[in-house]
Amino acid sequence: MLYKHSVRIDRRKCMGCTNCIKSCPTEAIRVQRGKAKILDERCIDCGECLRACPHHAMIAVTTPVNGLNLFKYNIVIPCASLYSQFEDLEDCGNLFEALYEFGFDAIYEEARGAEIEAEALRTYFRSGEANFPVISCNCPVIPRLVTTLFPNLIDNLSPFVSATEIAARVAKEEFCALMNVEKESVGCYYIAPCAARMTNIKSPLGIDKSEVDGVFAMRDIYAKLMELMGKSKSSGSRRSVPFPAGAYGLGTAVIGGLSAAVGTKHYLAVDGIYNVMQCLEEIDNERLKNLKLVEASACFGGCVGGPLLFENQFVAKNRNRRLANSQPRTDLERDEHVLKYVHSPLIRYNKPFEPRSIMKLSDDVGEAMRMMERMERISKDLPGLDCGSCGSPSCRTLAEDIVRGQAVEMDCIFKLRDKLRILAQEMADLASAEKRG
Amino acid sequence: MFVQTFPITRGDFDTAGEASSKIKNMLKKLGISPRIVREVAITAYEMELNLVIHSLGGELKLEVRPKSIELTAKDNGPGIEDIKLALKEGYSTASESVRNMGFGAGMGLPNVVRHCHNFHIESELNKGTLIIAGYSLDEKED
Repeated sequence: MLYKHSVRIDRRKCMGCTNCIKSCPTEAIRVQRGKAKILDERCIDCGECLRACPHHAMIAVTTPVNGLNLFKYNIVIPCASLYSQFEDLEDCGNLFEALYEFGFDAIYEEARGAEIEAEALRTYFRSGEANFPVISCNCPVIPRLVTTLFPNLIDNLSPFVSATEIAARVAKEEFCALMNVEKESVGCYYIAPCAARMTNIKSPLGIDKSEVDGVFAMRDIYAKLMELMGKSKSSGSRRSVPFPAGAYGLGTAVIGGLSAAVGTKHYLAVDGIYNVMQCLEEIDNERLKNLKLVEASACFGGCVGGPLLFENQFVAKNRNRRLANSQPRTDLERDEHVLKYVHSPLIRYNKPFEPRSIMKLSDDVGEAMRMMERMERISKDLPGLDCGSCGSPSCRTLAEDIVRGQAVEMDCIFKLRDKLRILAQEMADLASAEKRG
Repeated sequence: MFVQTFPITRGDFDTAGEASSKIKNMLKKLGISPRIVREVAITAYEMELNLVIHSLGGELKLEVRPKSIELTAKDNGPGIEDIKLALKEGYSTASESVRNMGFGAGMGLPNVVRHCHNFHIESELNKGTLIIAGYSLDEKED
């Protein structure tokens, strides 16, 4: 199946209502001929539309969970938010055992990747090379948001790939060395709270290729894991993982967790895509000073608020806190396994982020000015109700769509009604004129 | 030329920042280079806040030409007594209540000067103040 983004629209379920177009932070959805349509170049994979659609017509595209037969060896990268989905998880062992039973050959925790990232950030802050504030790319939506709407902040994006990607890269490197096998024979599967990571596999940003080979939706694998956990509980078998994450790593499933792991006082931890945009705007306008780290999550609460999770984020937060507190608070600065990767190119982006200017009306400023003037004129003439019936999220966006040639004024039902009234009057005039004649 | 004028009301902190935010959006749509957009946005914000805090009301005007951008803040008084002093960093005549809101640090005008290419100010007591911040789009920077 060909697609660019992680959200697909089920046209049979789509009612053509306006919930999704209203929810989209980049105005990337239109309703045309009664069905929603995603404008690929504007979508940043935030998943707001998944939540907004009451008809479940927005589908998160993830890897189907049907056996692990693409690779000889399979590694699982559980998201740091996964643990919080199980009610009676007293230790991670039971979950790990279930993952092995599922068929995975090795487990590398995303939370461990986050610990490596946190220490790498701390070292980077001291290096004198950092462009403050450094914006973490843990949430896959953030680099897409920055390259799309905040091109000035591209240089502030963290040089380190996301914790997920770090975990996958470290996993493959260590597994291949240990087993003496080729990298090509190993697949990494991420158990995900959202589908945004999926887009990175198809069209990676800042890297040549993602080492994550598949993304399993947490809710697709939940029932199976529950069953396997029940079995492993009774068998008492407990296989562990090579380098288990501690309290810091597990804590990164909740917003603020990465900042705590990095240990800087000058951080901004912001969740919810609209809040994130507001904060980035403030940073762009140089209104926030002395800031070192921006930890931003498109989902409310952090990864525990992901749209593909089973448990509500507040319950998940509580469990995450309990589990994290029960684990050792590893001294990352002295952790040899962590330090091995802190300066490694393995955890860094290797390609520059390219700005994607979705805003500009035309490449030619003069032409853009003419379009803008027309847009202002049209906009003043529209009812300003932002009802969305035309298929654009607001009257201003309709005006923009019109000058871009993607809509017409009569798409506005109020405009259409006015026009009909005039036409009806003209017809009545004509009819009565005939009578007289 | 593309012109937009925004009336600014004295003391209206509820809408303060809206005009500069609209200006920023327009410039992005016009395809102005992101770095200039940021500079103009910062200037527009400071000008807007100045009008809200210090003036009796006025307007903020954006003029875009293919090779230049001009921001003009014009108000109906009260005028600036000592322009030199007003341009000094840290100098402010803002009231206590305004300072309590986090404004009036005396960085407004200095920030405007710092973030524009050409700066012009004239003021007459009891009549009003005119501030123009100009930008050249000729620079080869992209």
